Amino acid sequence: MQLDFTDQDLEFRDEVRRFIAEHYPAEVRERQQHGLELRKQDYLAWHQAVARRGWSVPAWPVEYGGTGWTPTQRYLWNEELALADTVPIISFGTGLVGPVIYTFGTAEQKARFLPDIVAGTVWWCQGYSEPGAGSDLASLQTRAVREGEHYVVNGQKTWTTLGHFADWGFFLVRTDPRARKQAGISFLLIDMRSPGVTVRPIITLDGTHEVNEVWLEDVRVPVENRIHEENQGWTCAKTLLAHERGGIAMVSRSKVALTCLRDLAASVVERGRPLLEDPAFRRKLTGIEVDLLALEYTELRMLAAETAGNVPGVEVSMLKIRGTELQQRLNELALEAVGPHAALRVRATLAAGAGPVAMPAAVDVADTYFNMRKTSIFGGSNEIQRNILAKSVLGL
Amino acid sequence: MDFSFTPEQEMLRESLARYFADTYSFPRRQAMVRSAQGWAPGAWRGLADDLGVLGAGFDPDVGGLGGGAVEHLVVMEEIGRALAIEPYLETAVLGGGLLRRWDSPRAREWIERIVGGEVRLAFAHLEPPARYDLQHVTTRATRQPDGWVLDGLKDAVRGAPFATHLLVTARTSGDDRDRRGVATFLVAADAAGLTLRRYPTVDGSLAADVCLAGVRADTLGSDDGFDALEAAVDEAIAGLCAEAVGVMRRLLADTVEYTKQRRQFDAPIAANQVLQHRMVDMYTRVEQAVSMTYLATLSLSRPPAQRMRAVSAAKVFVAEAARFVGQAAVQLHGGMGMTDELAVSHYFKRATMIESQFGSADHHAHRIESLAPDA
Repeated sequence: MQLDFTDQDLEFRDEVRRFIAEHYPAEVRERQQHGLELRKQDYLAWHQAVARRGWSVPAWPVEYGGTGWTPTQRYLWNEELALADTVPIISFGTGLVGPVIYTFGTAEQKARFLPDIVAGTVWWCQGYSEPGAGSDLASLQTRAVREGEHYVVNGQKTWTTLGHFADWGFFLVRTDPRARKQAGISFLLIDMRSPGVTVRPIITLDGTHEVNEVWLEDVRVPVENRIHEENQGWTCAKTLLAHERGGIAMVSRSKVALTCLRDLAASVVERGRPLLEDPAFRRKLTGIEVDLLALEYTELRMLAAETAGNVPGVEVSMLKIRGTELQQRLNELALEAVGPHAALRVRATLAAGAGPVAMPAAVDVADTYFNMRKTSIFGGSNEIQRNILAKSVLGL
Repeated sequence: MDFSFTPEQEMLRESLARYFADTYSFPRRQAMVRSAQGWAPGAWRGLADDLGVLGAGFDPDVGGLGGGAVEHLVVMEEIGRALAIEPYLETAVLGGGLLRRWDSPRAREWIERIVGGEVRLAFAHLEPPARYDLQHVTTRATRQPDGWVLDGLKDAVRGAPFATHLLVTARTSGDDRDRRGVATFLVAADAAGLTLRRYPTVDGSLAADVCLAGVRADTLGSDDGFDALEAAVDEAIAGLCAEAVGVMRRLLADTVEYTKQRRQFDAPIAANQVLQHRMVDMYTRVEQAVSMTYLATLSLSRPPAQRMRAVSAAKVFVAEAARFVGQAAVQLHGGMGMTDELAVSHYFKRATMIESQFGSADHHAHRIESLAPDA
């Protein structure tokens, strides 16, 4: 047993740190610093910069563009991205559909789709959830009927994150309505510009447009866009879920958030002293610090096991549960820290040029808190994660 | 970064687990702690003679096996799993930790006696007003031409009734709460002027209040040895966390097993989602407690501020986890969890006492806050 990273790992970390410092797009950094909404080109500018370095899909097999990094190197990469507060490399292509294509796709499909995913030139979205199929995903109703060399697709998908930016989408559709739930599903790639595809915004409680409904009306999809055999889509979906694991706990991002929260608490005055010195508030911060350490070292233990050749199992559900609980806890404490100023939509007032505001630090605190309630719901709700652990780890 | 055990460490764990399964089964353990004596010398002798594990954390030149903190972790986890009352923590971890730092021919002799199973130690440190404050020591040590004389009152000393010697903290100089002027002394349990008021403990062991009236004593190293004491106590806290992990693993395993067996409404109660989720929450706490125990153990050799932060963070987490897991285990056992008959209630009691041993969650949270944020 030993706690330190190797010298090679630390050299690698320095190399990554230098790369980010030198290549992070200045314009994106500026928009982040001014709190401006991020546009499609902002995400892609960073993705493309990383792709030019050859690092956009570290976990992929080397033949498709992977880096061949060790699990520890991948961890350090994610940690450096978090510490540098980069915009995320949106994972629908790199983390989700890409692995399905290189695992189940034909040589032609791989050649057609993978290079653009690696390069960050095509934006992908996910067509899984439906109004009637959330946690019970396999009850999905969107129909695809074979007509010659096409499927004709009809149905409605929902919660499609950043679908309004998407060039392509990967969809689970029902191709055999008579088969048992999971058995009649296929995995289709759909060009989002196809006739019959309509993307409608869903405005969330924080007032932002992040997710969408996607309506599919007589959309004609070439059969060559189906991945794997007809009615084998569930196999693809399960594989895909296993790839959703990297950095799922978001420990590094939360550590950065904790530092920001300390700064915030130092700037707020409570009974004549900085809130940071209030014993009750400090105890809460210390509680989070301890819980983050516990999560961090649990993730590192899994990483070490993976390095030793053990395939990570459903234990990652624990990282998802605890990771999201702690993210939300940090948002709660920021809300407590700004107190009554949380009620003010500071950004709107600043944007209107109405002059300085009493507590600029309160910007977005409440809306972030509201928005981040999603984390315990998406990607398999935390209740579903507990069901998985109960069954698979505890044998219940 | 590596969290795997060596083959030797795995063998140590297996041989201990086998030994405890044979000699320390729950019925045997109960018979022993309920005997008139309240403990059995044979179990400790067995650890030395049959297994040779008392040297697990010491260098070969004093008869040890060449291990260190990770070996202590392995032994303590098995002690927790067996609910053993053997004073390994006080003797090998804490006493051994102080003796290693003392590093003199006399200290090496004492270590050899520990490895040989001749010595059982108890840590006579707590004083009524001091609570968890390690540097709050009022027991006086007065220098005499031929050694030291101790006067004072120590309370709630775990294991004192079956100790051969006590590790007594006392003040050689300074005010009650000064870091300077605290030393640790070795006192024979039958020394003149030393009296014990013996208690059974709620978790099956024995403890005593210790009155020291003109007791002659040897120092363990310097007469200004607070830093060494603090470091050795941190090693003991890491060991205690490992014990808690063993206790919690058993609480979780028993609860899963019980809820699968117990039928109500024509189905195992484990079929209820609300119970399943509670057990998953127990599991996630146990796994994270393991991670924190590793972190604390592997941080013991780091600079003091890093060591203290890691150890205190582990103690905060483990104390809270022990409460959650213990309470949930009893709850999910229903009425049976309330009985003296089942092991679960006894593990729950030990888990609960571990919460406050060497400082509560709040105490260690304050200790973290007293360190620089990025130490």
